[in-house]
Order: sequence, then C-alpha cells, then structure tokens
Amino acid sequence: MGTGEEATGDRYLTKVVSVRDVWKSYGKVEVVKGVSFDVEEGTTTVIFGPSGAGKSTLLRCINMLYPPDRGTVLLRDIDLMKTGGKINYYRSRFGMVFQHFNLFSHMTVLDNVMIGPRIVKKIPQDQAKTIALEALEEVRMKDWCNHYPSQLSGGQKQRTGIARALAMDPEVILFDEPTSALDPELIGEVLQTMLDLAREKKTMICVTHEMGFAKAVASEMIFMDEGAVVETGSPEHFFTNPANERTQRFLSRLTELYGRHESRENLAADEK
Amino acid sequence: MAILRVYGGRAGGLFVSTYERVMRSIPPLILIFLFYFGITTTVLEIPGFFAVTLALGLCSSGYQSQIFRGALESVGSGQMDAARSIGMSRLQAIRLVIAPQALRFALPSWANELATMIKDTSLAFVVGVAELMRRTDYVRAATFDPVVPFLVVAGIYFVIVFPITRVAGTWGQEKKRLVTGT
Repeated sequence: MGTGEEATGDRYLTKVVSVRDVWKSYGKVEVVKGVSFDVEEGTTTVIFGPSGAGKSTLLRCINMLYPPDRGTVLLRDIDLMKTGGKINYYRSRFGMVFQHFNLFSHMTVLDNVMIGPRIVKKIPQDQAKTIALEALEEVRMKDWCNHYPSQLSGGQKQRTGIARALAMDPEVILFDEPTSALDPELIGEVLQTMLDLAREKKTMICVTHEMGFAKAVASEMIFMDEGAVVETGSPEHFFTNPANERTQRFLSRLTELYGRHESRENLAADEK
Repeated sequence: MAILRVYGGRAGGLFVSTYERVMRSIPPLILIFLFYFGITTTVLEIPGFFAVTLALGLCSSGYQSQIFRGALESVGSGQMDAARSIGMSRLQAIRLVIAPQALRFALPSWANELATMIKDTSLAFVVGVAELMRRTDYVRAATFDPVVPFLVVAGIYFVIVFPITRVAGTWGQEKKRLVTGT
C-alpha cells in the first residue's frame, strides 16, 4: 500500500512524500496534531491556514529539521524516522525556502548557492560553480552572483534562496511562506519563479496565502487550523464550495485582506 | 567554550556559565598569587612566568567565552535552519556558517579584551617576572627618577595596545556594514 505506483485514471502517479500521523509539541504546547497527507511526483501542494496553525512546524517536521514526536514521514520508500545516522543526507534531498530568506550573510550570492553542492555533495569546485550558475540562471539572478545578500532587494534575496535549494537538485522543495516578508511590489517576481518551477513539474509543498498561485498550479490544497488538517481538496473545491465553516470564514477573511483571490491571477494567466 | 555554552546542551551550558562567573569575579592578581605561591608551595615549583600565563589565560577565557557566546547568539537561528536544510551536519553548520559570522560580531569586543589582557601582564611584576613593568622599576631604582620611566612605559603600552583596538575597530565596522547593508 501507500508508496509505489498507483494507477489513477490514465496516469501513473508516484508518491514522493508521505506524511503519516505527525505530532509535534514544544514543551506542553501541541503544535502539530496528527497530520497525514501524500504528495505525488510533479505536483504542487498548498498548505494554508491562520498563523499558529502549525504549518511552519509541520514543514520542518517533513524534512526532519525538527523531528516529529510521533508519526513519521516517508521519502519515496524510506522512513525518515529510521535512517540511523544518515538523516543529513536525506534532508539534503529536500530543498527549503524560508520566509525570512536566511541567506548566509557572510557569503556572496554564488557562494550561498555553491556551498550545498560543494560541502554536502562534495562536488569539485568548478563543477559546483557550474551547477550554482545554472540554478541562478533559472531564477534570473546570475548577474548578481558576486553581490552580498545585504546588497539585494527582498525579492532578489528570495530568488537566491530558491536557487540555493535548486542547486541541490532536491526531490521536493518546501516553501515556508516565501512571500510573506516581501513588499507587495516584490511578491510578483518570486511568485513568477515559483510558477515556473511548478510548470516544470518540480514537486513542491508550499505554505502560502497566495490564493492566485494556489489556483493556478496547486493540485491539492490543505487547510490547517490548530495543528490539524481541517479540509483537503482541489483549488476548484476550495474556491467554489468549501465544506467546512472554518475554511469558509478563513477564505473570506483572506479575500477581505488581499482583495479577490483573482487579484494576482493576471500574472498566472499570462503564463497559461 | 562559547560553542559549548550555546550548543552544548544543559550540562555544557551550566559548566561554562559557572566557569565564566567564577573567573570573572576573581581579581587576576589573586589568581596569580594563588597559582604562583599556592602551587609552588604545595605541588611543585613553577616559574613565575608560567603562573602568570595560566592565571591571566584562565581569567581572560572567562571574558572571551562571554564575548563569543554573545556573538554566536546574535547569529539568528534561521542560519542554522538554512544550513541544515541543505544537508549540512550541525558541526559543518557551526564551522562554515555560524562561526564565521559570529567572529565578525565578536571582533571589536574581543580586541578590547586582548588590550585589557596585555595591560594586565604588568601584574606579573609582583611575582618577579622580568616583564616591562619590572624592568621599568629597575630603571627607576637606578636613576632615582620616579616620573620619566613610568611615563615612557605608559607610552610603550599605549603603542602596543592602540593599533590592536584601532585595527579591530575598523574591521568590525566594515564587516557590520557588509552584513547590515548600511
């Protein structure tokens, strides 16, 4: 069951990540309470919900940055709670993009992207550089490779963050509210990069409130509140008739805040 | 020491913080006497130079550990998360990501501590090590001039210490500019 290949209609889908009943608490506070879901290869999963719902923590449980207290996560067929001493290797197969970028501030853009391949994959300097430059090209940051993070705009920092994840050639990329710390006029360039990746069939799990992005590329959306999954479904489901009352309330509040969820859709529509 | 304090868990942290507290509360002069007279009379005879080095080293390490702890903590936890997210081990992350940044934060205060320690070496005078201060006193005794030799030696200390604080100060400013972008 579970992993491996399953026929759905006329397509074969492969599960890349399987989150199985994950629980996590900080001290006495239960932050994630028994979350389960599967992610299929080449798809984008969007997780959204009010702050404090445990979305970021869940994301960090998935790549074992903060190992869960109970439950487990499978990457393909590997149980990440039972990897012995090899968890650093498996973690490197996930890419992660952070809300506050977390670029290494003492390194240039190029070094930020190169250090993963260099140190973790032990790829020789010149090859690592080629890989890094390709990743930077992909996010249109190649011209900035000798700059330091402090010299970049928020959008450029985040695109560098995405390149740093891409350079490791990850099987899944985890996005933790990648646009929440950005000025409104810089959100577009980051979303555009993410749309490109989604269309290239990169497997992505995104915690985000960008509903235009979700509508354009998400194959599954997960609404979380108070540490648990409230509702799961396709974007069509959520935007036409969300079943749960809490989901409806949250979505209408998002709409109040950001305008209609189509607001950034012209961006997505351009690409279609 | 500082790495143990920040990343060494409960026991490591407690050990280092106790050590820091003790060392920072004892005047270095007492430590010098303790090592010089204490060890010489009970265990084995050690030269004054060795006792002074040991005492000043221990005393200063208490302060230096504090400085580096502050610097390590000023590097946000996001840096560790990011380093580990690309597959680095904890040790790799500390060595390649956290420490280089912390060092830059620490440099100005560390230079201050270095300057203080250089000045404290004049305390070696009391256990008969022929350092700068004692030699000056020889000159005073020979010339019966209490003012000029001490003015000269003050000048020598100044010449040694001033460049250290100066260089570190500007270097620290430069790095800060780079990191904060101001």
